[in-house]
Amino acid sequence: MTIKTCAMAGLAVFALATAAEARDQIRIVGSSTVFPFSTTVAEQFGKTSDFKTPVVESTGSGGGLKLFCSGLGVEHPDMTNASRRIKESEVELCAKNGVADITEVKVGFDGIVVANSKEAEQSEITLRHLFLALAKDVPANEDGSELMPNPYENWSDIDPSLPNKAIEVLGPPPTSGTRDAFAELALEGGCKTFEGIKAMKKEDKKKYKAVCHAIREDGAYVEAGENDVLIVQKLVANPAAYGVFGFSFLDQSADKVQGSKIGGIEPTFEAISDGSYPVSRSLYFYVKDAHVGVIPGMVEFIDEFTSESAWGPDGYLADKGLIPLPDDDRGTVRDQALNLAPLMM
Amino acid sequence: MADIARDMDISSPGRSESYELRLKRRNATERRFRMYGVIAITLAISALAVLLITIVSKGSSAFTQAHILAEVFFDPAEIDPDGTGDMKVIAKGNYALLAKRSLYDLFPEVEGRRDKRALTRIMSSGTDLQLRDMVLDDPSLIGTTQPVWLLASDDVDMLWKGHISRDVPESDRPISDQQVAWLDQLAEQGQVDRFFSTRFFSSGDSREPELAGIWGAVVGSFWTMMVCLLLTVPVGVMSAIYLEEFAPKNRWTDLVEVNINNLAAVPSIVFGLLGLAVFLNFFGFPRSAPLVGGMVLALMTLPTIIIAGRAAIKAVPPSIREAALGVGASKMQVVLHHVLPLAMPGMMTGTIIGMAQALGETAPLLMIGMVAFIVDIPGGPLDAATALPVQIYIWADSPERAFVEKTSAAIMILLGFLITMNAVAVFLRKRFERRW
Repeated sequence: MTIKTCAMAGLAVFALATAAEARDQIRIVGSSTVFPFSTTVAEQFGKTSDFKTPVVESTGSGGGLKLFCSGLGVEHPDMTNASRRIKESEVELCAKNGVADITEVKVGFDGIVVANSKEAEQSEITLRHLFLALAKDVPANEDGSELMPNPYENWSDIDPSLPNKAIEVLGPPPTSGTRDAFAELALEGGCKTFEGIKAMKKEDKKKYKAVCHAIREDGAYVEAGENDVLIVQKLVANPAAYGVFGFSFLDQSADKVQGSKIGGIEPTFEAISDGSYPVSRSLYFYVKDAHVGVIPGMVEFIDEFTSESAWGPDGYLADKGLIPLPDDDRGTVRDQALNLAPLMM
Repeated sequence: MADIARDMDISSPGRSESYELRLKRRNATERRFRMYGVIAITLAISALAVLLITIVSKGSSAFTQAHILAEVFFDPAEIDPDGTGDMKVIAKGNYALLAKRSLYDLFPEVEGRRDKRALTRIMSSGTDLQLRDMVLDDPSLIGTTQPVWLLASDDVDMLWKGHISRDVPESDRPISDQQVAWLDQLAEQGQVDRFFSTRFFSSGDSREPELAGIWGAVVGSFWTMMVCLLLTVPVGVMSAIYLEEFAPKNRWTDLVEVNINNLAAVPSIVFGLLGLAVFLNFFGFPRSAPLVGGMVLALMTLPTIIIAGRAAIKAVPPSIREAALGVGASKMQVVLHHVLPLAMPGMMTGTIIGMAQALGETAPLLMIGMVAFIVDIPGGPLDAATALPVQIYIWADSPERAFVEKTSAAIMILLGFLITMNAVAVFLRKRFERRW
């Protein structure tokens, strides 16, 4: 008897599922770096508008774009966050699945910091130092035309001005967008200061990328997982170690860790905002234009995200660690976003 | 006989030296072996104790929340300027301004946009909702001045609980010296205090730690578990009965048995991938829905329940079956009238333990979109929802300091649920189990 009832109830649930086709809630996927900002806007939007609070998933930039580009219709997300720009191949994938019109909205910047515990001294390093400390292969001669496996054990082996401490850097794993950006901005930045490697870029782009982006695997770089909170805790416990993570975590834990000066520039809100801090990247979200009008509240959500009270220098996203676009750009980006201007590659 | 006794030195009072040595060594080995056991248990218990102590010491403060007492004037001009009394108009009032004004009144000397902004930062951005809910509950408040304990911001909360130190330089903490001075002034007059936070148990997720609550995740977990239970119990019980009582013993049933045992050992993420491919992509069920979560977790727990169910059926003595058959009962009557009632406690225990395992699972939910930021409390198995362990994961990953204690508090609640479920399983076993 009970079995019968249970089975019927189960069937009823199935029947319900097929009935719920329409969706009245915006669905957002994508980057874990943009996640804190996107969710803050979503919450504010849900509170102040008559629309439901959007559902935001943290899938990583690549995973988000894959879901976003998988097709049109209520079962696919309406927007995706990305901590890098959409790639040519992803635009093609989108087009293949019928997602032809995409609007790009650049929302601000994020700095990647190399930080250590406040108990240790603040360091001053350059991108070149970072590359030499963390790359898998390093130049064997002056201009970098010949390579050797990374022999450096202490920071002072690289440059006598650096502390005589073992190289130990905690950072994100390869699945992370932060790692990609760190490799691209910091390691490649230091990598191309060698003429020999820079020349390689023209001859063999693949090899150039492999040399510049490969991180050593002999234990000096520790993959500490996607959890930046954990990295901060580990740095506090081990003052000799350095950690690589997003600026917002440094901002929230300024009493425990300090960011190293890179190329003489300290990672501050202002330095990242005006572009003088070298390791910073842009953050984006992408909108599926065909869903506007089908899913209620999409334009209103963009309106909320790009309002001065959200992404302005005094807005609530700045409190969460988002570094705003320059004043002139915000107006233009907002206008383009609200008019659903098509993506220009 | 006597020869043997002499050889083994049992009868002789003076045992040989080598015998004494051997005996000593054997006893020593025995003692060491016991010691290893004691060490293993001590290690396990101390690991558990350390875990519980860290979680409780970190998380217990999350159940209280700092508040600031202020006189709030419910200005009709800001809430309902035309005096319509319409709830829709009242709900749209500018409550944030009312909250701000009440703080400005406390510190009339604060001038300038920057300072005023710093002052309003000491209260939560959720105070407007707090005031709005008060007015919606009791519209007669409009036009009156009431003392209200306004929710303080997460930074104030952290300062009050000692998680942000006052001793570090101003630039290193999220709260300025000026703000600390304001708060100290208020505290002297008894206008800052910590209260038990009902919000933590009644609201959904939020980006503001002081507003974030566990209820959305609890409800999400509830719907997921309901779907899981409704699917696994009938399927699991029927499979166990068929395999144990009716299925012929041949190569096919052996194959099924081996596969069930293998499935029980498959990593849970694999079931998530299966759910993504089958339920979402093929059947087109909604993403993030507890319905899909429950179905995926049902697949995961089914092997456990079938194995436990079969063991319970096997434990029913064959004499009962034979006796029932002997008085003329059909096979089905034997199963329904005798075997199943006797096997039920064992099956229930297996089910509850399987459910407890499913309750703590995150990996399969990741693939089907239940790891998401969801503010609204789910109203049914089709609304977007998260689950308790997912909420813990999301909070643990948030940069705000105040989420550290929220994470531990959520872990305490999850552990509470798990302990309760396991206790129920133990109780059922003790209460209804029959031994032959």
